Amino acid sequence: MSTASVSGVTGEERDDLSRTESRSMRKRSQRLLLTLLRPLRKQMALTLAVVILSTAAQVAGPTLVAVGIDQGVPALAAGDWLPLVLAGGGFLASIVMGSLLIGWYRVLQARISQAVLFDLRRQVFRQTQGLSIDFHESYTSGRIIARQTSDLDSIRELLDEGLGNLVSGVFYTLFTALALVLLDPQSGLVLAVAVIPLWFLVRWFQTRSQRQFRVTRTASARLIVQFVETMTGIRAVKAFRKEEQNREKFAGLTEDYRQANAGVFRLFGTFEPGLVLIGNVTVATVLLFGGLRVASGELAIGALLAILLYVRRFFDPLQELAMFYNGYQSASAALEKISGVLEERPSVADPAHPVDLHTPRGAVRFDGVEFGYRGGAVILPRFDLDIPAGQTIALVGSTGAGKSTLAKLVSRFYDPSEGAVLLDGLDLRELAPAHLRRAIVMVTQEAYLFSGSVADNIALGKPDATRQEIVSAAKAVGAHAFIEDLPQGYDTDVNKRGGRVSAGQRQLLSFARAFLADPAVLILDEATASLDIPSERAVQDALQTLLSDRTALIIAHRLSTVAIADRVLVMERGRVVEDGTPEQLIGGTGRFASLHAAWRESLV
Amino acid sequence: MSVDSGARSSTLRALARLRPFVRPALPRLIAGMAAGLLAGLVALAIPQLLQVLVDSALQRGDASAVLPAAFGILGLGVLEAGAILTRRYLVLTPNTHVEARMRNALYAHLQAVPVSFHDRWPSGQLLSRAVHDLNLIRRWLAFGVVLLVVNGVTVLVGAALLFRIDALLGALFLVSSIPIWFVSLRFERSYSTAARRSQDQAGDLATAVEESVHGIRVLKAFGRGGHALEKFERQADELRGTEMQKARATAFIWRWLTLIPDATLALCLVLGVVLAARGDVTAGSLVAFFATATVLRFPLESIGFLLAFTLDARNATDRFFEVLDEPVRIADPIEPRTLPYPKGRLEFRGVHFRYPDAPAGIPDLLDGIDLMIEPGETMALVGLTGSGKSTLTALPPRLYDVTGGAILLDGLDVRDLRLGELRRHLAMAFEDATLFSDTVRANVLLGAAPDAGDDVLHEALGIAQAAFVYDLPQGVDTVIGEEGLSLSGGQRQRLALARAVAAKPSVLVLDDPLSALDVETEELVEAALRRVLSSTTALVVAHRPSTVMLADRVAVLERGRITAVGRHSELLAENEHYRFVISSLDDEPAEGAVA
Repeated sequence: MSTASVSGVTGEERDDLSRTESRSMRKRSQRLLLTLLRPLRKQMALTLAVVILSTAAQVAGPTLVAVGIDQGVPALAAGDWLPLVLAGGGFLASIVMGSLLIGWYRVLQARISQAVLFDLRRQVFRQTQGLSIDFHESYTSGRIIARQTSDLDSIRELLDEGLGNLVSGVFYTLFTALALVLLDPQSGLVLAVAVIPLWFLVRWFQTRSQRQFRVTRTASARLIVQFVETMTGIRAVKAFRKEEQNREKFAGLTEDYRQANAGVFRLFGTFEPGLVLIGNVTVATVLLFGGLRVASGELAIGALLAILLYVRRFFDPLQELAMFYNGYQSASAALEKISGVLEERPSVADPAHPVDLHTPRGAVRFDGVEFGYRGGAVILPRFDLDIPAGQTIALVGSTGAGKSTLAKLVSRFYDPSEGAVLLDGLDLRELAPAHLRRAIVMVTQEAYLFSGSVADNIALGKPDATRQEIVSAAKAVGAHAFIEDLPQGYDTDVNKRGGRVSAGQRQLLSFARAFLADPAVLILDEATASLDIPSERAVQDALQTLLSDRTALIIAHRLSTVAIADRVLVMERGRVVEDGTPEQLIGGTGRFASLHAAWRESLV
Repeated sequence: MSVDSGARSSTLRALARLRPFVRPALPRLIAGMAAGLLAGLVALAIPQLLQVLVDSALQRGDASAVLPAAFGILGLGVLEAGAILTRRYLVLTPNTHVEARMRNALYAHLQAVPVSFHDRWPSGQLLSRAVHDLNLIRRWLAFGVVLLVVNGVTVLVGAALLFRIDALLGALFLVSSIPIWFVSLRFERSYSTAARRSQDQAGDLATAVEESVHGIRVLKAFGRGGHALEKFERQADELRGTEMQKARATAFIWRWLTLIPDATLALCLVLGVVLAARGDVTAGSLVAFFATATVLRFPLESIGFLLAFTLDARNATDRFFEVLDEPVRIADPIEPRTLPYPKGRLEFRGVHFRYPDAPAGIPDLLDGIDLMIEPGETMALVGLTGSGKSTLTALPPRLYDVTGGAILLDGLDVRDLRLGELRRHLAMAFEDATLFSDTVRANVLLGAAPDAGDDVLHEALGIAQAAFVYDLPQGVDTVIGEEGLSLSGGQRQRLALARAVAAKPSVLVLDDPLSALDVETEELVEAALRRVLSSTTALVVAHRPSTVMLADRVAVLERGRITAVGRHSELLAENEHYRFVISSLDDEPAEGAVA
């Protein structure tokens, strides 16, 4: 990593960030926050006004108590009810207003938080879907999921719990101090002195807890990885008797986590009594000076009471304010990572001026195409290739020869680094994405099923498909029989009770999906690897009819696929080394002829 | 309120189940409660001192009492802080031990319960119990239960003090505080409903995220990203709605919890002033009353929150024990037998099996399996997808137990052996190869004898054609898996095979272990594997003729039974189902199709 860069997600794994780099990451997440908040300006202004009014109303209380005692009592003794009615009525009015407003504030604040979260969730989800396959391959699914779950959670926690308390707490403390100064500047001075040790205590707590919380987060992350790995790999754990070893490792991780947690509590164990101590010392000092003045008649008793109440209340929200900082720390770390993901630009971008293709014929042409990963070696050296519409091509060669890369270029999972891939003479990069996906469909080895019914999963190929169409697609690929045997047939939930679907059956379902999508160009990348032979045979039969009027590119280890191909391409180290009809190649003396001979032997 | 008290007693019963975990921490917990109580009482004592000060000195303009009183309050203040410090230190460390004990117990139990349990429970569900629920229980033990007791007593003592200051004012204060209880109970009901729903919806949203990432290739290939986004937005919006419900419930409780205590104070102010004007109470009493009432504000307010906390803790405890109560159905026998020198004869005798969640009415998945594999023999298992081949291979190592019949190793029921010993004699390689976050070496030698050295490692890697590991950054010491380098499907499968081989078991069970390999690598692995299999008993699930060639004999699995056993060539000649399952497209030569 000599080219120090923190753009996109590259800064995430580095712990040697320079000052400027961490500043640029912080700036980036602040910019993101601003764009999220900008549409909410008006709501925020209203919320701020409400919280200011509500805390002001709450803080008025003790002063009114003082007025009631100091003026109400003597006045009432003289038969004058007015001061008492004013003080009591004012107190009650300020309370009612304060509490109504604080309730309103909570709702307003939650509305803003939820709007921010919703917007952020949507943005990250859309970005994740938009980023190219090469990003997903290098960034790994675990991390992109963590961005959208645990990172968003820590932001949610901050917005939900921390922020509301912070804003009201800050105003509460501020107004309390202000009221105290207005009521009695001398006691205000005592409080001002008390703020000095308070400042040191809070500083100490923040620095130490920031470090300790980081330790806790790391410890809990390691604990979680070990836990999940054990539970997902439980068969292997049992089969290879890893339980004892696991128990020891987990006990060690639990102990680390326990100690990290205990460290946090120790900090709180000092911080909370520290706050109480400073508060109580302040109360005693205020009482000393205030009491002397009451004795000498300079200060009314009620006023002294109000002062003492204010001093006590001043310290109430401080603990929460200190806690806020921790939530803020983890949320801003999360926001930095999320803003990195959002900053990534897809290497396979949507066209600026998309071209429509309503009735694709399916002619594919590679025009001077070269491919290599960004900054990596060339995988496919420059080549030309013409696939006429309707042709079925078998792509063979050993692992790593570049077959899948070629398929991914046709399906535009990757873009070529040089040259262009054309469909019906149009550059794939200029095609409207919806039309491209309608025209070209790829089925891969990993037949992923989404939660939902079997029918839903097949209908992914064509969202508006009728049940009739779904069933006939399943019939066409030979999946109908096993689906009918499932507890609820086509409505069986693939992730629920009794919905056990084997690897081969998954592949049949993803075939049905492709069949239903009815594309002009169909790419099958090892799509039959998990099928048993009868199923493969059924699929081959289905393919015969399915492929008769469309272009197809088939990759398979098993050469049986060649049976239905019009043309075979043999690849080696990124190059097409043989190209011809199956009988030409089998009859020849090339690589394919020997591969084919070896394969036929394996069938005996 | 019989329903309510019933619910409460069952809450207590549920929480009482924590006893065995909490017992070691109990003395310190109780001492911590005492310290908390002391802090609460000291806080209440401060206003009483104020009363004395005001009435005895300040009213009369006597300044001499101020200094001692200030020192008295300072002393009480230091005592309060000290008591809080003591409470924190007494309670917190032992509680982290309680949490750690519970977490380790949960983990150990989860490793012990059979695989069928894990089939039912997604790992995310288990994780939230192991982390979130246990955190909650620990916090409840540290704060919830302590504060519930401390605040309860503080409120009672405080109320008594208020009565002592003035009975009328005290009564007014208590009566007008009663609504807090009703408000709290109502809040708790509406909030907990919304909270549960929000938890479910957040889980669904997380599932949607996971699927959109794991299924990204499918979504992209079909251009369905837009649909996924729409669905996600709908779910996220539902969650937002629920969160707003929660916020409205919170706003409700905030409103009332600020209104009720403060309005009470306002009423008390009016009454107090009237009483003071009539000379019924002293100024000092009034000061003490308001100062005491201010101290009681937090304990009173907190009761609603503490009740909700207690209910949450109860739910967390229930969820914890829901897992811990799951019986360990596959365990060591009471009177274990032992097989010091197994020969490796594996016999299935009338074996029946059905999954516990299989719908009634369908026949057993394995419906009377009889099969004998002689020592040193390699048996291939052939059948259609979904015929139960993988299930059958999971039975000998007791990942599942048979539901009828028995499996015998050297004539001994596998259920009569200790699990550790049984699984030492048997080693498996699965189709979906699971590797752990550890070095290549540790992964491959996982099942090997403890003293197995590098020769075993290199030999196993050689047989599995896994020489690629030597090119990894740190060779065989490279960390792989979730926390390390990620490998391709074919690479993982070869390492899983090497792991099974390195265990040098008496019986080797291979569930389609070569499916992700290309033809050439597969050939190399098979050639090397043949040497191992010549001396080891093996059961190999096969999809391809080439894998079948590894075996001495082949068993055909059809509709839950072994319908034929024999050599490949015999079966090919005699058994129609076998031909249907195994013979490839070579009946219709490629040339014919092209012509």
